Amino acid sequence: MDDLNTKGRIFDIQRYSIHDGYGIRTIVFLKGCYLRCRWCSNPESQEWEIQSMLIHGKPKLIGQDVTVAEVMETVKRDRPYYRRTGGGLTLSGGEALAQPEFALALLRAARDSNINTALESTAYADFATIEKLLPYLDQYLLDIKHMSAQKHKEYIGESNELILENAKKIVDSGLTEVSIRIPVIPGFNDTPLEINEIGTFAKNLGGVKRIHLLPYHRLGQDKYEGLNRPYLMVGTLPPSREKMEALLAIAIQSSGLECQIGG
Amino acid sequence: MGLYAYDTRDIPKTKRIDKLVDHLYAKMPEIESARAMLVTESYQQTEQEPLIIRRAKAFAHILEHIPIIIRDLELIVGSTTIAPRGCQTYPEFSFAWLEAEFDTVESRLADPFYISEQTKKEIKEANAYWHGKTTSELATAYMESETLRAMEHNMFTPGNYFYNGIGHVSVQYDVVLAVGFGGIKERAIKELETIHLGDANYQKKSRFLEAIQISCDAAINYAKRYASLALEEAEKCADQVRKLELLEIAKNCVHVPEKGATNFYEACQSFWFVQQLIQIESSGHSISPGRFDQYMYPYYKEDLEKGTLTKEFAQELLDCVWVKLNDLNKCRDAVSAEGFAGYSLFQNLIVGGQNEEGLDVTNDLSFMCIQASGHVFLPQPSLSVRVWSGTPHVFLIKAAELTRTGIGLPAYYNDEVVIPSLLSRGLTLEDARDYCIIGCVEPQKAGKTDGWHDAAFFNMCRPLELTFQNGQDKGVQVGPKTGEVSAMTTFEQFYDAYKVQTEYAISLLVNANNAIDVAHAERCPLPFLSAMIDDCMVRGKSVQEGGAVYNFTGPQGFGVANMADSLYVIQKLVFDEKKITLQELKEILDVNYGKGLNADGVADIVTKVAIEMSTAGRQVGEAEIALILQNIIDMSQSSEVQAKGSRILEWIAQVPKFGNDIEEVDAFARDVAYTYTRPLLNYKNPRGGIFQAGLYPVSANVPMGAQTGATPDGRLAYTPLADGVSPSAGADTNGPTAAANSVAKLDHYIASNGTLFNQKFHPTALEGKTGLDNFVGLIRSFFDQKGSHMQFNVVDKTTLLDAQKNPEQYKHLVVRVAGYSALFVTLSKSLQDDIIGRTEQGV
Repeated sequence: MDDLNTKGRIFDIQRYSIHDGYGIRTIVFLKGCYLRCRWCSNPESQEWEIQSMLIHGKPKLIGQDVTVAEVMETVKRDRPYYRRTGGGLTLSGGEALAQPEFALALLRAARDSNINTALESTAYADFATIEKLLPYLDQYLLDIKHMSAQKHKEYIGESNELILENAKKIVDSGLTEVSIRIPVIPGFNDTPLEINEIGTFAKNLGGVKRIHLLPYHRLGQDKYEGLNRPYLMVGTLPPSREKMEALLAIAIQSSGLECQIGG
Repeated sequence: MGLYAYDTRDIPKTKRIDKLVDHLYAKMPEIESARAMLVTESYQQTEQEPLIIRRAKAFAHILEHIPIIIRDLELIVGSTTIAPRGCQTYPEFSFAWLEAEFDTVESRLADPFYISEQTKKEIKEANAYWHGKTTSELATAYMESETLRAMEHNMFTPGNYFYNGIGHVSVQYDVVLAVGFGGIKERAIKELETIHLGDANYQKKSRFLEAIQISCDAAINYAKRYASLALEEAEKCADQVRKLELLEIAKNCVHVPEKGATNFYEACQSFWFVQQLIQIESSGHSISPGRFDQYMYPYYKEDLEKGTLTKEFAQELLDCVWVKLNDLNKCRDAVSAEGFAGYSLFQNLIVGGQNEEGLDVTNDLSFMCIQASGHVFLPQPSLSVRVWSGTPHVFLIKAAELTRTGIGLPAYYNDEVVIPSLLSRGLTLEDARDYCIIGCVEPQKAGKTDGWHDAAFFNMCRPLELTFQNGQDKGVQVGPKTGEVSAMTTFEQFYDAYKVQTEYAISLLVNANNAIDVAHAERCPLPFLSAMIDDCMVRGKSVQEGGAVYNFTGPQGFGVANMADSLYVIQKLVFDEKKITLQELKEILDVNYGKGLNADGVADIVTKVAIEMSTAGRQVGEAEIALILQNIIDMSQSSEVQAKGSRILEWIAQVPKFGNDIEEVDAFARDVAYTYTRPLLNYKNPRGGIFQAGLYPVSANVPMGAQTGATPDGRLAYTPLADGVSPSAGADTNGPTAAANSVAKLDHYIASNGTLFNQKFHPTALEGKTGLDNFVGLIRSFFDQKGSHMQFNVVDKTTLLDAQKNPEQYKHLVVRVAGYSALFVTLSKSLQDDIIGRTEQGV
């Protein structure tokens, strides 16, 4: 199979990303997602379709079909930075698993070029799909948002069973380093109890490297307006530093793992 | 592994330092008249004597009589003015500008100075003596008429040395610390014994060596005046702690700088007198302490080992020296003040790096110097850090922590480029490895070099303007006739014409620089400075007459990014896509893309048309001028012109720009930089050295941009030019790594007088330990790709507020949050306000 000619759909490539895996990284944002998190800061990532978004009143087409070779051309340009910092390529989205062949080809191409790989993902896909990626993946940044199936479905559109099962399988594979990422969303999962539950889950997975608590931010709000979609989080304030510190303590206590605020 | 162990821990700041800083900044700096009066008085008494003796005697006369003061709580003494941060004047270099600006110098925006009526009167009286006697006037007399014309037309400006001393030097601080001025004087006496009164160079050399002795004695006696003052104040002092401090100061000043320093405190005091007195002898700035952490280290280490010094006290002394570096000041003319804004004296002090043998010599003091800049939080010294593969990571983290504060320090330099670059200019391997930085970004070997580093500002966009105008500016033929652009049919024709214009302007720049060079040698040789530079004593001549081992002249070009983008736009829109002709481009540039011309811009065109008409034999009276004026205003702002201008600007916006890691554009930048750096290498200076180019603007890209019309890169008339070798503001939209990759593609070796790459960061990029690690990784990776210099502005609230108002200048500012993608300027006002709030909290 020819990885370099494999095509996929992306909506951005961001260089010098430093909160999405080790070192200085280039994030490729893949378009399309299975989930619909209310707080999503990249709402333009959710639809597979190429769409128009207003930025400062000017329409901009979001989404671009590209080959792996084209993406790698950009990714390779920052190789000196990866080498110095242990950085590399991070696939983000949307949900990279929604374009499994493209994601696989990208990761394999990076590995061929000796570039470190990371995946930022919800793990909401058949494990058979995920399994294929794991041999080419150095780090899995895995979102766990809530332990309650019902609340998960209510806020995200889908239940969490598949995600939790996959989390276990990914860790058990021993093929990649796993970090659990918890977006801390006021009114959704920001109580000590809820964080405690996720922390305990992470501990029981037995093999998670660390936990990131990512405080809610409203920096995606403009994009909802630009897409002519309602922003359902209006009025929600980012959690205070004190609150984040308190939750961090709980995450550490419940998981016994290395925990941090932010990516 | 380096040569020395080092301590990385933070050392706290004492209360003394805050008090010293507060005192220093309590008032607007003031101009004083003592030096002007004393230098004049001395000159009047020595008219019959050899010039070099007169210079030495004037120096001695000043040091004997200039008022002295010990500021409250000081541990290191020596003040050039009674008022904190005050300045003296130097009429032997130039004075007319100061008199012309007497009444505006206090109210001007860039670097204002208070001046009393009494001072004005005294300075004016002193100045009267200097009519026709200044270096500036002699330099003018040595310049060709076309050189003066090019300067009038803002092709370049050698203003710095035209009006002031040269400076831009680092001396043998180590020698003074070791043997004192007493020892240096001994050397001069010994050297004198080697020559015979019948030798051909006897007259020059003997008088020069005598001048050195006079200067050394002057410095020694000046310190003793401080010793007496400290004793006097100690006697009156009721506070027992301060009394003891004053007695210690008195003891130090008796001993140094006459003799070698016997401990770290004396070394600090001795260093300071050298640093201060060089800047009393001449008004030249960028007197750079250089490798302070190296030559001070033996004194520190010995005291520490003996147990006579604590790290805490050593840090306090360093902090005191740092405060003193901000006590010196210089009043520049209004135009230069804008070019060097911020009262900066560019006293560059560099830490870390390798020694002559290639071993890393980072030590405790390297860390403590960074700490001192963090403690005093003032612009001086211009702190620099040397980086190579052997530089400890923890050391760069310490430096990055300072960068993160937003102070704009330190600047980072790449040993792997600077050393080979200096080797290619004839330095020995040992000397090249021991380089320091002068002023902004200019490398040299201390104590052996007269680098003339800041020789002129060369605006690379001005030859482009002349290319469009067939060598004319405001109706005057300033450059060669390279043909009307309407007749040019290939890109190469246009580019060749640009090169012809540039090379001609460079030849005039050299003419200007060498005229100034000769004038300094003939009117203001500096014996005190020359006592601390090899091989002046052996050669028997001052630095200004070619006494230094290494001699250079380094004028700096800027506008590389504007030129690269402009040429690429011409290639694409005119010759590849044929959307617009060169003639159409010329016409729209003439009217600033229909965005309006300022009064000067309109006046320029009126002058041009009037001259054309009168050359054609037509009468040009007031009525005709009024008509031309009306026509120009109508034409430049008609709705048709405006629409056309906007359309062309949109096309230009679509053309890729330098700074985005795009090979084709970056190749233009590399090549256009060569049009400046290569021709310069063909020229020599009167001191026996060569010209070498720098690529950096200090802050002249702003005032000189104001003298530059619209350029084909879409830059509007009068707006700033690009900063150093950095991309044009807002042109780099692919992030810092892409910008760094583009800049690294320039040939940094050939610009051996230094390049300057400035990056702006949002503080989120440097958050936490990982933020610092990655930031250091960015610097190292740029240096792996053979970039030469990097410095950073970590943006503060003010900058972000400005970004809200002028988003086009800040297109590159990325907000970095996990898993999120956006540029600052694409956010709504409300979200931008959130980020600004976040910036202010320092999170």
